[in-house]
Amino acid sequence: MKEQDTALEFQKNSQVKETFRRLARNRGAMIGIVILSILLLLALSADLLFDYETMVEANNVSQRLLPPCWEHPFGTDQFGRDMLARVVHGSRLSLTVAACSVTLSLLAGGLLGAVSGYFGGVVDNVIMRFMDVVMAIPMTMFAIVIVAALGTSTVNLIIALGIASVPLFARVVRSAVLTVRDVEYIEAARAIGAKHSTIILRHILPNCMAPIIVQVTLRMASAIYNTAALSFLGMGVSVPSPEWGALLSNGRNFISQSGYLCVIPGLAIMLTVLSLNMLGDGLRDALDPRLK
Amino acid sequence: MVKYIAKRVLMMIPVLLGVILLVFFIMNLASGNAVLLILGENATEEAVAVKTRELGLDRPILVRYAAYVADLVRGDMGTSYFSSRSVAEEVLSRFPATLKLAVVSAIISTLLAIPLGIFAAVRQNTLFDNFSMILSLVGNSMPAFWLALMLMMLFAEKLGWLPAQGMNNGWRSYVLPAVSIGFINMAAIARTTRSTMLETVRQDYIRTARAKGVDEEAVVMDHAFPNALIPTITVIGVQFGNLLGGAILVETVFAWPGLGRLMVQSVNNRDVPLVLGCIVILSISYSVVNLLVDLVYGFVDPRVRSMYK
Amino acid sequence: MNTQKQDMALEIEDLSVEYRTGGGIVRALNSLELSIKRGTALGLVGETGAGKTTAGLAILRLIPHPGVITGGSIRLHGADLLEKTEKQMRSVRGKEVSMIFQDPMTSLNPVRTVEEQIAEAIRQHEKAGRAEALGRAREMLEMVGIPAVRGREYPHQFSGGMKQRVVIAIALSCTPQLLIADEPTTALDVTIQAQVLEMMKELRRKYRMSMLMITHDLGIVADICDEVSIIYAGHVVEHGTLEDVYRNPLHPYTVGLFNSLPNMADRTAKLKPIKGLMPDPSDLPPGCAFCPRCDRAADVCRTRQPPRVHRNAEHYVCCHLYEDKPFQEVSKDG
Repeated sequence: MKEQDTALEFQKNSQVKETFRRLARNRGAMIGIVILSILLLLALSADLLFDYETMVEANNVSQRLLPPCWEHPFGTDQFGRDMLARVVHGSRLSLTVAACSVTLSLLAGGLLGAVSGYFGGVVDNVIMRFMDVVMAIPMTMFAIVIVAALGTSTVNLIIALGIASVPLFARVVRSAVLTVRDVEYIEAARAIGAKHSTIILRHILPNCMAPIIVQVTLRMASAIYNTAALSFLGMGVSVPSPEWGALLSNGRNFISQSGYLCVIPGLAIMLTVLSLNMLGDGLRDALDPRLK
Repeated sequence: MVKYIAKRVLMMIPVLLGVILLVFFIMNLASGNAVLLILGENATEEAVAVKTRELGLDRPILVRYAAYVADLVRGDMGTSYFSSRSVAEEVLSRFPATLKLAVVSAIISTLLAIPLGIFAAVRQNTLFDNFSMILSLVGNSMPAFWLALMLMMLFAEKLGWLPAQGMNNGWRSYVLPAVSIGFINMAAIARTTRSTMLETVRQDYIRTARAKGVDEEAVVMDHAFPNALIPTITVIGVQFGNLLGGAILVETVFAWPGLGRLMVQSVNNRDVPLVLGCIVILSISYSVVNLLVDLVYGFVDPRVRSMYK
Repeated sequence: MNTQKQDMALEIEDLSVEYRTGGGIVRALNSLELSIKRGTALGLVGETGAGKTTAGLAILRLIPHPGVITGGSIRLHGADLLEKTEKQMRSVRGKEVSMIFQDPMTSLNPVRTVEEQIAEAIRQHEKAGRAEALGRAREMLEMVGIPAVRGREYPHQFSGGMKQRVVIAIALSCTPQLLIADEPTTALDVTIQAQVLEMMKELRRKYRMSMLMITHDLGIVADICDEVSIIYAGHVVEHGTLEDVYRNPLHPYTVGLFNSLPNMADRTAKLKPIKGLMPDPSDLPPGCAFCPRCDRAADVCRTRQPPRVHRNAEHYVCCHLYEDKPFQEVSKDG
């Protein structure tokens, strides 16, 4: 028994290693990881680099709408605030909102999907039909409706984005559960009288990790996008915050004279989404070698 | 075939009823605010109560839901809280603008994306392939509303070639909004086409075709492509939802008089019936597109076709 | 010598194929020699991974990427296929040489009707209109035992055995002189296997085709073939007529293959499976490729490639055991 365990452990380890090896060979994924690490580092040290009160919030009318220059590489906005400082602080918002909303949808969707796939029958039917309903509303639209109902705030934005991608996680987890549900070792666990919750948590979920990891990465990308989209419409993070979508929305007013106010926040969004997408694609290829 | 379509339409109905119910519940959370918004923050409690009764908000939600659905069947979507105009009228007057924009950009981007994807797959790992795949990766990650702003800045503000606002300039009005929405669509479809083509050309039946002496062009177009089209069609359907979502934002940028912009305005006004109206119409169109996609499926794939009977 | 050559349907000499993957070079075929006399059937026997399918695909020049033919010659009725242009090859494929693949479930295009898929081969090689080609496709279906009316159906409506019949109909539609059959019955049920084999035997007689039967099943070879080549790690280790090889197997690998079969006469006898696995084709030993698994391996086997030793005009073996010894003596242990 013990030997078998170590053998299994070893197999698992070498599988993880193999996955990392494949991931390391994927150029796109590596570029994605590098960009994301830099972004994360910037977001974490934003306060050290740029003081929030003096550089992000305080107005400085003498320096209004300066195009990118040595002192202000990203230029300044209509209140003379440094765009670099604002974009860097904005990354914190975007990443926090995205991480929180994806965690929310992962937990809710994962639970629903696991229950649905594991129990099947009526439970499965009810849950999945409900998911169909949510999926029938385009995601951005659904998030808008929730924010409209709950009111504009960062927390509500997180809830809205979180709920809107619940069905995606539910589907991924459900189908993963379905593929392992009837495998022999699950049957064996059931036969020795393990509890449902133990079976789901100990045996089934660990085997769904691959598709979940991929989905988390890709959903992060879409959450960053949707955060910006809703803020751009004035329904996300409220205006004084340097959220990227809000920066864009503000820049719109100066599009003819100070185009850089639009260019830079958009590039930030794109770069983040791009690197998450590249990482997600790379992970999918690395975790599912059949596709290569 | 007719029976199959009828069955699919019938299957659409519960989903739509669910959509309405869901949105109804969510918007119900906002209805308290709505009354205050209409009457102003300083309205007396009495006035609020009166207005609430007037709008029928005092009834239980399921009763209101049933009444709404019954009205909807007759084509009545209620009255806007703000303009006091019929929601059905308002929504339907704005819908064509959105539909035209979405359909134009969906068709153009699909027609560009599929050859691009096939060509990239056939020339796998060449410069062309790498370039087009980087382009589509970037396209996939680019916010539509940002692209819209960039295009507007360049072609409308700087160069003055194309109009920046509205839809009063014939086809020229369509170019920027359609490209903004369509580029992302194209990127997604091209990527799917390429990867399914690459998977299809590895199939055994492609080897069978080659072993018959069929030339490479026929192998790609007659054997690989029809099979690769099946997953591609799915993505086209799914993407249409994103297209509609993108339209909401892009319409706002270009002041396009469509449903998306109407929805944003009515959300900001907490105009519940109008939001509901927009969602119902957009969700119906999304479902109809997915129904069409399913039918095209059967056209392409005999295995699906045999399930029609 | 020259007249004899013209009687050969297929002569493969010194053929080498490599797959150049990221992980290294996989040598799938190493100086492969095969020859088929006109109108006869050769069985190519070996384990999975020995290079059997690669050999079949090489004849059609359909080795998938990243495989490359690195040397040797493949002569079909005297003409070297490796010197033909891609366009010339297309008129060989399906017309002069046809191939039947292992898995009928995936060998047919799911979105086209069965008769279309047969007719395509006909139209490719003969001046036939669409209607005429479809007509002949239906005749072909009847010939492989499928009612012509079913030609309008799609592959998913057919069972595995019927699909393989369709694949055979496609292969035979232009009456090729050489038919390559790559484990044509492995994926089928036993009863269906027998039907399909019987049909193939009959059709071969009818069309007087030469055939390369790729298989791991010595029973099928005994049933269908005139000569046998035993392939190991991309190299033919023994070749001879059916009788030579079955009566006097020489190579320890061949002997091992026969010993792995259950013996009906003596069921108490233990099966003697060949120990170990085929060597990694990206890292072949310098000497005899079989020596790590061979009970009778000597030092010389590890360092030097074995020479070819003839027992008679047909029958030869590549093994150090027979280098200096008279044949009778050794083959008795086998």
